[in-house]
Amino acid sequence: MDLFSFRKPKNELESTTPGEQQNTPFVPEEMWKKCPKCNTMLLTTDLEENLHICTKCRHHFRMNAKQRIEMLADSETFVEQDADLESTNILDFPSYENKLEKARQKGGKESVICGKCNIGGIPTELCVMDSDFMMGSMGTITGEKITRAFEYATANKLPIIVCTVSGGARMQEGIMSLMQMAKTSGAVKKHSDAGLLYITVLTDPTTGGVTASFAMEGDIILAEPDTLVAFAGPRVIEQTIRQKLPKDFQSSEFVLQKGFIDAVIRRNKLKKTLIKLLRIHGYNKGEKQ
Amino acid sequence: MTAYDKVMAARDANKPTSVDYISNMFGDSFIELHGDRRFADDKAIVAGVAMLYNMPVTIIGIEKGRNTKERMERNFGQAHPEGYRKALRLMKQAEKFHRPVLCFVDTSGAYPGIGAEERGQGQAIAENLMEMMTLKTPILTILIGEGGSGGALALAVADEVWMMENSVYSVISPEGCASILWKDSTKAPQAADALKLTAQDLFNLGVIERIIKQPQSSNDMAIFESLKLLISRTLEKNSALDTEELLSARYERFRKIGRVD
Repeated sequence: MDLFSFRKPKNELESTTPGEQQNTPFVPEEMWKKCPKCNTMLLTTDLEENLHICTKCRHHFRMNAKQRIEMLADSETFVEQDADLESTNILDFPSYENKLEKARQKGGKESVICGKCNIGGIPTELCVMDSDFMMGSMGTITGEKITRAFEYATANKLPIIVCTVSGGARMQEGIMSLMQMAKTSGAVKKHSDAGLLYITVLTDPTTGGVTASFAMEGDIILAEPDTLVAFAGPRVIEQTIRQKLPKDFQSSEFVLQKGFIDAVIRRNKLKKTLIKLLRIHGYNKGEKQ
Repeated sequence: MTAYDKVMAARDANKPTSVDYISNMFGDSFIELHGDRRFADDKAIVAGVAMLYNMPVTIIGIEKGRNTKERMERNFGQAHPEGYRKALRLMKQAEKFHRPVLCFVDTSGAYPGIGAEERGQGQAIAENLMEMMTLKTPILTILIGEGGSGGALALAVADEVWMMENSVYSVISPEGCASILWKDSTKAPQAADALKLTAQDLFNLGVIERIIKQPQSSNDMAIFESLKLLISRTLEKNSALDTEELLSARYERFRKIGRVD
């Protein structure tokens, strides 16, 4: 047995066994999180209730795809599409299978989840990228799923919302990953030419090939606070220009000021804002008028 | 040649650049057109109009420069957003006047700098990808050296993409890939193999249509002549298609990459 195992209860039941209770309350590590911005210790239950926003300084923590879908889609309305599509090692890239396996152990199957749902009762196609799966890197299947979602939305005259989070291209899929930028952009264009609404929600971090394709192609581009929005990441730029970047360079507030996004929206206002935008574009409960 | 040898050949400073291709194939007929009408003229991209035998064409090439002075001026072929916006402006002009577009790509990538980010490098590339997909005139892109990631793709959403036999096309440089994945940039040769970035690899993967015999110097006129003929035949063939046919083939060209049935 691990010498230090006494520090951490093995499961919830154990931690609440009355016999083990001591004078000072025992708080297992999983129960609190430190806010990276204001250093406040936050109870994870409080954080979850507050949409993963710091209760003190309103720093937006990252959310995974499932949490975000739960937040945006009306309850029980999300019907996932193409859930069975999974990445394979198309280029025989060394140890890619292991990486995929590890990523899948975290619970996700791919770096994006797509499906149809209602948002405020309005039928909407929704794609949510997942930072829990290889930091949302864009593989061939990511591109395929997003392309299919746009094609489905076009065929069914649906508006589409894409929440982006991505470290960039998936190197292990080489050129095939790069080509997904063109493929998804083509599908976005067809949806756009059909007169349908596409809203992008940029979440932390949105970088590289995703920024240089569908993330920047929305009719309306929203971003959450505390979001890195970049083509080249800060480290690459610093290495190139050999100087430190100013603080908040490439933050959502920065790209707003530079004119590249429409608005920075706090997470607790996001769903309401999306519903308003859908309605302004003529989408109502049921179908487009 | 190993994959990494090809990377080195693609970066060879003495090989012909876009300007060499343009002057050898289009001579005096080429008129350079400058500027994106929004911010500046990016010298990393040379663009203009010319006659291809009897056919007017728009030409857009990423230019690395042929000597140190030129390379500095051209920012080593790393374009800023204004470069991609100039390219798009001239593509739209080509569409208006019904002339095909010919692109030459030779870049290690779009420039990663402060100004480039401030002016929306990602947005500029994204817009090109989207607009090129439905540009109502034929587009042919030839990679003549390095095809570095999004900065190369921003001129390569075309009906056909050809590669010089010793050019490479990749989502990331082998050095970058090795240092991110294996924390060791000296493993670049292994990364070059793994990335499948040579013309031969990409042809086998169905990502490009043709591998072209490479001119060894800027005086290799026989090769430039035969390439010119090949370009002309291809653009003529694609110009004869009706627009809908042309665009649905272009969409399908990319749609099929990574399609799962």
